[in-house]
Amino acid sequence: MSDNPVDHSIAKEKAAAVLATVADEAGSSKPDAILNVQNVSRSFGGLKAVDVKELHVQRGIITAFIGPNGAGKTTFFNLLTGFDEPDTGTWQFDGSELAKKPSHSIAQMGMVRTFQLTKSLGKMSVMDNMLLGAPNQQGEKLSFSLLRGLWRKQESEVRAKADDLLERFNMTHMADEYAATLSGGQRKLLEMARALMADPALILLDEPMAGVNPALVQSLLGHVESLRDDGVSVLFVEHDMDVIMGISDWIVVLAEGSVIAEGTPAQVSKNPKVIDAYLGTEDGMAASDGRRGEDAQ
Amino acid sequence: MSHNSELILAAIDFSKLFGTPIRAMINVQAAVFALAAVGLNLHYGFTGLLNVGMVAFMAAGAYGMAIIVTQGVLGGSVLFAILIGLIFAAFIALVIGVPALRLRGDYLAIVTIAIAEVMRVSFRSTKWLEWTGGPFGLPRAEERSAGISLGDRIGEDWNPLFAADDPTRTWGFWQLEFNMRDLWFMIVGWLLVILCSVMVWRLVQSPWGRVIKAIREDEDAARALGKNVFNYKLQSLVIGGVIGALAGLLRAFSSGFVQSDQFKPQTTFFIWTALILGGAASKWGPVIGAALFWGVLLFVEELVRQLVDNGWIPEWLISPTDVSQVKLIMMGVMLAGLMIWRPQGILGKKEEALLDVR
Repeated sequence: MSDNPVDHSIAKEKAAAVLATVADEAGSSKPDAILNVQNVSRSFGGLKAVDVKELHVQRGIITAFIGPNGAGKTTFFNLLTGFDEPDTGTWQFDGSELAKKPSHSIAQMGMVRTFQLTKSLGKMSVMDNMLLGAPNQQGEKLSFSLLRGLWRKQESEVRAKADDLLERFNMTHMADEYAATLSGGQRKLLEMARALMADPALILLDEPMAGVNPALVQSLLGHVESLRDDGVSVLFVEHDMDVIMGISDWIVVLAEGSVIAEGTPAQVSKNPKVIDAYLGTEDGMAASDGRRGEDAQ
Repeated sequence: MSHNSELILAAIDFSKLFGTPIRAMINVQAAVFALAAVGLNLHYGFTGLLNVGMVAFMAAGAYGMAIIVTQGVLGGSVLFAILIGLIFAAFIALVIGVPALRLRGDYLAIVTIAIAEVMRVSFRSTKWLEWTGGPFGLPRAEERSAGISLGDRIGEDWNPLFAADDPTRTWGFWQLEFNMRDLWFMIVGWLLVILCSVMVWRLVQSPWGRVIKAIREDEDAARALGKNVFNYKLQSLVIGGVIGALAGLLRAFSSGFVQSDQFKPQTTFFIWTALILGGAASKWGPVIGAALFWGVLLFVEELVRQLVDNGWIPEWLISPTDVSQVKLIMMGVMLAGLMIWRPQGILGKKEEALLDVR
């Protein structure tokens, strides 16, 4: 699992330059937002799980959602991608309204997500998992499916693309294995590679490092950074502070369902609100996470 | 002991013991179940739809056709009647699918078994007697005496093997003598089985099939990749349902009548047994499974009957009238054994079955 040392600094510096003009406050507007959110809320019984007044996500950078357990990060992800329905609110991706859109339409528009618990399709080969990710396949239409001639060419193009991506993720040798035989970390890789088959403009990664063997974390991080190099906007949820401070350009802090702070890693880690609401609440362990985060700067 | 076993061997009619099940394995009934199992394989084996009301589609096909023929629509045209039967089944698939496929998988199971029972009871009810024949089925006695029949057109007029001047002519050997009418339905039936199996297999090997297999594995993953899961499930339900209707039509034509008792839930469970026995999600599993199902069932029945008749099984244990129940008990025992030692069925892939255990 060796990873080619790629220089991600150019894209990182570019992102930093763009963000230098952005105010480090909750709901601050961005020069070129790919995702805009207004008043999205979701309650489960008496508990308001998500209540985001305003949020803008800058295009072409890596944005991280952090927050203590139960802050509503995954619920917010589910709402944004159509896997759950909000009680109120609107949100736009690349200018198109997404409220009330079914999840598959949102994915087709170029906003693709992965899951915290990987959803690799176990009884299908790694290659079939990849092929499934490609959008607009003629052969996926029932009326075309029996006429191989109508989709053979596109199928081989899709296959070539899958081959490229598998190579980039060092998974070529596993192409014919059942996905269920992969390790947890390999499944995370597969899920990310599969999402990339759709050429997403915005990719939402739900805890991409959770449960991944530490040896694979660096490789996964490298892949996330190369997404930014390719101009893909990345939005991800993560618990591991080292990871967040190291690779994200912008951090959005959620607590009890609301955005309480935003900023660059350096700004967020010094923000007293964040320290109070997030790092303070989980005393010992979270505070030490925070220190490690600062060390990583 | 050896003396006893020799006596048993001498008393057993081996020709019947093996002839009866082999006959059942190639008979129309097996082709009917094979067809239905091919449809169920698309539903359950490839799409993961828990359809526990396969018999509803068979009933839709059979009754749709029979009502058109007996009402004399378009002169009782058989081809038109078949078309209506298939359309009726597709309609039932939509009625089941549109509300239930949006919900989690187990709801489909509840809705399918309920619709199947609602249909059976409705067809049996005297409320629509003039359409359905109620408990007597179709065609009614007076229609039969007026020369209206379900299977004669296909079984005799269109049957190249059938000669009107010698209607009792048979063909075959040993226990496998069939009359020309049955033989013709067997040929048509098994050809349909092969045709539908190959079509389903080609469908699931296509990118369309890749999507429905992904839905079987994890609906949310397919959704996250931009697939309209509901549409795909509905398509699968309709195609499998229409194949089920073909099974119902084949049975109606070959038996010559349609009656609501042919469509009890037991039929659905037999189809499931055939599919699991042969191996779900395999190409020929449902076909092999259906043939073996009838073969094993009738072998057990014949064996127990001969043992009972010869007094080798005492009457207090199994009486002659119990034999047909005993065969079902044995079938259940064998299914349990299959699940323990070969959960993937006869033709299923062992690796895939083992992946579930992880």
